[in-house]
Parts: sequence; C-alpha cells; structure tokens
Amino acid sequence: MSLTLEMTYRDALQKSMLEEMDKNADVFLMGEDIGRYEGTFKVTKGLFPKYGHRRVIDTPITEAGFAGIATGAAMAGLRPIVEFMTMSFSILALDQIINHTAKIHYMTNGEVKCPIVFRGPGGAAKQLSAQHSHSMEGWYAHVPGLKVIAPSTPADIYGMLKTAVADDNPVILYENPGLYTIKGIVPDNPDYTVPFGKAQILREGKDLSLIGYSRMTHINLAAAELLAKDGIEAEVVDVRSLLPLDTETIYNSVKKTHRAVVVYEDWRSGGFGAEIAARIGEDCFDDLDAPVLRVGGLNVPMPYARVLELQCIPDENDVIAAVRKFK
Amino acid sequence: MAKQAEKKNLELPAELEQYYRDMLFIRHFEEKCNMAYRQGKAGGYMHVYIGMEALAVGWMHSIRKGHDYVITAYRDHAHALLLGTSPVALMAEIMGRKGGTAGGKGGSMHIYDPKNGMYGGWGIVGGHVPLGAGLAFASRYRGDDRVTLNFLGDGAANQGVVYETLNMAALYGLPCIFIIENNEFAMGTRLEYHASDPELWKRGLPFNIKCERIDGMDVLQMKKDAERIINYVRKEGKPYLVEIMTYRFSGHGAADNDRQLYRTKEEELENLKRDPIKRLEQVLIERNIANEEKLEAIDAEIQEIVDKIYEEADASPFPDVEEVYDNIYSDMTPEKGH
Repeated sequence: MSLTLEMTYRDALQKSMLEEMDKNADVFLMGEDIGRYEGTFKVTKGLFPKYGHRRVIDTPITEAGFAGIATGAAMAGLRPIVEFMTMSFSILALDQIINHTAKIHYMTNGEVKCPIVFRGPGGAAKQLSAQHSHSMEGWYAHVPGLKVIAPSTPADIYGMLKTAVADDNPVILYENPGLYTIKGIVPDNPDYTVPFGKAQILREGKDLSLIGYSRMTHINLAAAELLAKDGIEAEVVDVRSLLPLDTETIYNSVKKTHRAVVVYEDWRSGGFGAEIAARIGEDCFDDLDAPVLRVGGLNVPMPYARVLELQCIPDENDVIAAVRKFK
Repeated sequence: MAKQAEKKNLELPAELEQYYRDMLFIRHFEEKCNMAYRQGKAGGYMHVYIGMEALAVGWMHSIRKGHDYVITAYRDHAHALLLGTSPVALMAEIMGRKGGTAGGKGGSMHIYDPKNGMYGGWGIVGGHVPLGAGLAFASRYRGDDRVTLNFLGDGAANQGVVYETLNMAALYGLPCIFIIENNEFAMGTRLEYHASDPELWKRGLPFNIKCERIDGMDVLQMKKDAERIINYVRKEGKPYLVEIMTYRFSGHGAADNDRQLYRTKEEELENLKRDPIKRLEQVLIERNIANEEKLEAIDAEIQEIVDKIYEEADASPFPDVEEVYDNIYSDMTPEKGH
C-alpha cells in the first residue's frame, strides 16, 4: 500500500484544497479566472468541474472588492480561500487585508473570528517585469493579526494549506511561481498537516547556517552542495513560517555553526530577511564568530530583459560569494 | 383605541411611544458622549448620531434582531444601542474601559456585538461596505433568509471599493441593502462639492440594483419604507440601494469645533425644524397619545437612565496593561516587547 505520492508543488496544493473542500462544506474558493479558466498558473485545475460556481467563484478584476467580500463571509463563519492571480495584485486589496481582515479579532476583542486564506504566487516568475514580480511576504509579515507562511516543498504546501484552512485567523500563503513545477514526495493522507511556526533543517552542517524560505531554500541547498565540494559544511534552515517565526530552530543552528547568511528574494533593504538577521544579531551575539550577512534581491524595480531579471534574483553564486566573506 | 388605529392603518400608541423613547435615548446618550469627550473621559475620534435618529430607529425596528446582519461605519452608537447592545458596555468602550464591548480595544468607532447582529463599527470610509456584502454572501451561500443592512455615508458613496461591491452584490444576487445615510456632509465637505451627481440613489442604476431616495427625518415613514424594502430583499434575495435624506445636527466628530467653516448658523437653524424627535412629538400630541407633561416626564426619565449609564461606565476599571496582547490572534501572541 502506497503511503506517499510523488507530485509537483502545484498538484500538491490543488490536491490539498480539493480535500479540504470535500471535508468541509464551508470552504470555498474565490478569485480571478480560477473557475472556468482554471487559474492563471492552473493551480485550481479540475475544481470548477467538481464543485461548480457556488464553491469555485470567478470574480471580477476587483481585488479590494472580493478580498472584502471574502472577509465578510469569514466573519459570518465561512472559510474562504482567496487566490490573487499574483501577490502583486494584492496591493489593490491592502486596505481590506491590513485595515480590516487583520484587525477584526483584536478590535472585537476576540468576539469575531476571521478564518480566511489569501494565497497566490509572489516574487518573480519569468520576465513579468516591474508590476508583476513583487515579493509581498515581508509586507504582510509586518502586520500583527496576520499569519504568513512560505513553504518550499510539495509536502509542506500540502500540509500547510490544510493547517491554514483550519486556522481561525487570516493566513497569507506565499507561493513562489518558480516552485510550481518542482517535484517531491507527498504523504497520501488527507489529514496530513504541517504546523505553523516550525522551521526545519533540510541539510545538516557545522560551518555556517544558510537561512531562507520558499524558493530561496532550494538556492541554499544548491549552494550548500557546491560549498561541500570545497569542504565547507553548510546547514540549510528552511524557515517555512514567517509569522509565527520559529526563532528557536534558527538560533540553535546559529549556536552550532556560529555563522549565518539569511537569503531572501525580496528587496534586500527592509525585506523579511533583514528581520531574521536583526533577531540573530540581538539574541545570538555571543555565539557569532562573524557578522550576520544578508543576501537579498537587488533594490531595483524588476526589469524585463531576462539577463537583467536574473541579475536581480539571488542565486547560489550570490550565496557562495557571501559565504566567501567569512574568514 | 387599538381598533381605531387598525382602521386608519395607524401605528399602535405603544409602538409610537417606543420610537419616541428610542430616539430620545439615542439623543441623550450621544449628548452624554459629547460631554464625556469634553471632559477628557473619551478620546480619539468620536462621531454622534444627533439629528439622524429616525433613520436607525426606522430600520432597526424592521429587521429580525440578532438574526439579520448590521454593519456600519464609525457613526455607530445608535445602531448598536437599537440592536440591544448593553449601553453601559457601549459607554465603557467609548471611555476605553475594560468592561467595554471590545475591552477598550476599539473605542467609539469600533462597536461590535455579533450576538445581536452588530458587525461594526469601521473606521475607513467605505472600507466596510464589501464586508457587509460578505455577510450577505454567507447568507446566500448557506441559503438562509438573513438580510444585511449595510450602512454607509454620503462620503463613502464615492469610494472605489463601494462600486466594486455594488457590482458583485448584483452579480451574485446578495441579500444586502446599501443604506446611504446622506447627512449632506462628508466630514466638512458639502455634498455638491464631493459628488458629481448629488442624487446618490442613482448609484444603484449602473449595476441594475433597485434604488430610491427616501426621507429619513420622519420615523413613521422611515419604518414603512424600511419594512417594505427588507421584505423585498428577503423574498427576492437581491440587493437594494437607498439614499436616505437626513441632516447631521452635530459636527462631523467631537473634534469638529467650528461648523461655520462649512455651513451657516442660519442653515443649521432651518434644519432644526426637521428635527425627527420634535416631529414625532407633534404626532404623539395630535393623536392624543401624550401631552406636554408626559413628554417631559419621559424626557426626564431617559435623562436619568443615561446619567446612570454614564456613572456606571465611569466607575468601571481601565484595562490591565497585560491585556494589550490579548486577542490579536485566537491562538497565539506575537513577539513581545519594544
């Protein structure tokens, strides 16, 4: 009897949503072109034929409007999953998400809950240029009242989507479009969940810690592989959950290796990696043999030309270059 | 008397007296809030409903309280009081106390009481309008017969997200009544300076939403219209938009100290003639339900009730500082400390 399946990140996410819809009639999907068109990145393929327009709802191209309507439905006890065609478009819904969704539980002193998931691709896809390539996870992880997750593997997105749907608080699920096609082993178990606030060590090492999330975890794994050829043993910490943040796992790794590089695709200045670096600096100062380093996206609007775009996004060479700064 | 009332299709005396008491209660409660603000017992932004009482009374007496959904902006005290929210808890919230409706975390602009159907209490002009449509969406999704009253101001009628919501409400057939409380001013900007077409009821037309303009200063007419529209929406499961003509006797908020910047004293005096409370007083006297003496007695009785509410709220404790982290989430606390 097979207890695992090999599948892509995209299919794991689709399967997870489908199973949650099967389990709970209060779960529904809402977003632009997610039904008849099957979604721009085809994440919702097969869901409209199965559940119809009542539970897989195509919306007008009005992000603030449907983010707000889904939030109101969640206030009334439904459990919406809202897809943004790209997280860049969620900027149009920031007032709803930050000023309304994130504040409901606190402003009502816990009287009204808002169980809602906002999800979609964030970061650069391929040559979508300046208006479609934003990494929004750091913006959202800045906001008390939201939870923010950024899984890097098919198994994690499968389990974390389920945790998100079951959560009574608003959750932002950040998916890097570069991950949709990666394959991995996924438990064949509709009740499988991965908790929030738990980072994981994907590769052990004693010389330094490479800390990242989402697609950058794969860049860190690739960098660690190359560093190993030079006899440098890098530990790869996959943060998975930004808010809540598992500082314990991160700190334990730094206490072991005494050196840390934080890697993130968002603009280097003010991105979420800067928050992680600051915390390591504050809380692990005595354990550090060198300053905490950051490798982030270039501080420029994302350009179109592929050669320029690739220049902006950190890769394993950028990570290795940072590691070389350690004495 | 009851028989006669039925014959002429008039309201029962007890019903009329209840409207009168409700309007007067809101008036005195709001005056007390203003006093609390002046004394520094209430802070932040606070917006009272003085002059607009007939509007909320007419609508709240027409819904199924605790069953239907109500949502509004920051001028929200009256809606909550009429739905049955504890007036002491409401006053305590306005005064930032532990026993307030939100434990002192919301304040005047953020009054919630979901058990009674009150879903806020929102501070961003127009921002709550999609949330209200979302409540109605839940009714439609579940196939229940709840109706949502979605109150907004004339200023909010210009917000982009309101248009997005009207489109979706009509598209999805949501049982939601968009109630534009047109008190003629968006803060200090007069209607004709902020709306290209000041007939706001027409905002339903492009979306095929049934819409009309109604007088909101006559509580009896307001009640009849509200009942008619609610019945329609409950039966048809479609949205509706109404523009209700009213007037804000007070300033925009308690911090609005100079109304003459945007309107004259003469205009205010002229509009005071439309006072919905005075108007109902005339009806009560004409129909021999009350005389001047009885009206004065009711007034004194309500004033005393409001005084006691204020005293009780004022005697209640402030929140403990440790509570600052409570209820940001249902199951966790963010990183603590500065």
